[in-house]
Amino acid sequence: MERPIYQVSQLNEYVRSLLDGTAALQDLLVRGELSNYKVYPSGHHYFTLKDREGALRCVLFKSQAQRLRFQPENGMKVIARGRVSVFPRDGAYQLYCAGLSPDGVGELAVAFEQLKAKLAAEGLFDPAHKKPLPPYPQTIAIVTSSAGAAVHDMLRILRRRYPLAKVVLLPVRVQGKEAPAEIAGAIRYADRWKVGDLIITGRGGGSMEDLWAFNDERVARAIYACETPVISAVGHEPDVTISDFVADARASTPSNAAEIAVPDQTELRRWLRDAEARAVRAEEARLALCRRRLNELTDRRVLRDQMALVQDRRMLLEHLCQRLGDLSGRCVGEKRRALGALAASLDAMSPLKVLGRGYAVARNEQGIVKSYQDAPAGSRVEVLLGEGVLECVVEKGRP
Amino acid sequence: MAGRKKETRTFEQQLARLEEIVARMEKGDGELAESLALFDEGTALAASCAKLLDEAEQKVVRLMKGGDGAPVELPFDEEQEADEHE
Repeated sequence: MERPIYQVSQLNEYVRSLLDGTAALQDLLVRGELSNYKVYPSGHHYFTLKDREGALRCVLFKSQAQRLRFQPENGMKVIARGRVSVFPRDGAYQLYCAGLSPDGVGELAVAFEQLKAKLAAEGLFDPAHKKPLPPYPQTIAIVTSSAGAAVHDMLRILRRRYPLAKVVLLPVRVQGKEAPAEIAGAIRYADRWKVGDLIITGRGGGSMEDLWAFNDERVARAIYACETPVISAVGHEPDVTISDFVADARASTPSNAAEIAVPDQTELRRWLRDAEARAVRAEEARLALCRRRLNELTDRRVLRDQMALVQDRRMLLEHLCQRLGDLSGRCVGEKRRALGALAASLDAMSPLKVLGRGYAVARNEQGIVKSYQDAPAGSRVEVLLGEGVLECVVEKGRP
Repeated sequence: MAGRKKETRTFEQQLARLEEIVARMEKGDGELAESLALFDEGTALAASCAKLLDEAEQKVVRLMKGGDGAPVELPFDEEQEADEHE
């Protein structure tokens, strides 16, 4: 009987059908160490799984690779899950991986450490980048689920401590596939529209899986990019997320975030009463000091002597005034008498008096006629008498 | 006091001003008239702050993205929210 001669591709196909037909090879777990890990531009991952004695070629297609939560690295111990088959082109059998997880530690723990290291290296946790929280926030934006206990705890404490602040809730899903994008989007939105002067994001406690959205790189970057200060409040006290590292302040619980976010009105009221009392004390001290200084001054001898001096001066002044009054009175009397005397002698010298005694005065247009030559014959003269005037025509003059 | 305007400063601004006033009064330099004016202003501020706290009732709203992208505020009913998800 002649032995059949196969084509290479026929043989590869034959082996493949054998492997594909073996149920045990269809879904198995393999433990090994990653080496020669390569990500191709196609998005597929190729690597070799090794142990001390052997090696196994593996492929992780793009669709599965995208679901990885951690970054596979050479030397990492992993457990791969998949089926064994042949790649006919190379005639090599390989493991077609459906999933890959870190061996020994959880894949989430590895992913967490990897992202933490990456973001730390980029400076996202840098204390210098952290912004101070506003001491008296006016509006607080809360990015969390509107249904969980977390939001109610926060509202209750905010109301009790500081009802002055307005609270704006941006409801988001806080777990599940859509959560990271929603949380990151709401944080960016709150910051861009300056919805509050403080942002709180977080959720109540749960498993590491439940809190996972707050370990998402998108959320971390959204928090980092915020101009508004952000408080991260995820889970319970021992839970730590990437958000906690990036945020400006970390609260151990949502309730604790509310306590960090606002001052306590009890303390504020005490401070107010205190401030008022301090003002009253300061004012009383001030007034007492002023009064004492005033008293001291008015008690000084200088001041008293000065007053006495003023009174002396005043008396002197009054005296002088009186004298001045007397003097001026006397002065006027003398003048008046002098004036009377003058008037009398003036009266004595009056020409009218002379006329009264029978004398007459002749005058013409040139004035008083003192010589016959002043009044030629035929000219007119007036003759003033003691009583009345004579209008005369000169008949003749002689020396 | 003549012409005291309606208080428009925020709670925080009022607190800061009160602090400043008290500190200045305690330093005790400056004119008496000034210190009296400060005292008046300080006691008015303390009363105004206490009143703000007394009257404050926390406003809680729920934010929605409006048609133009700008935020729209909606009422937030805590009780109802809780019931819906119980």
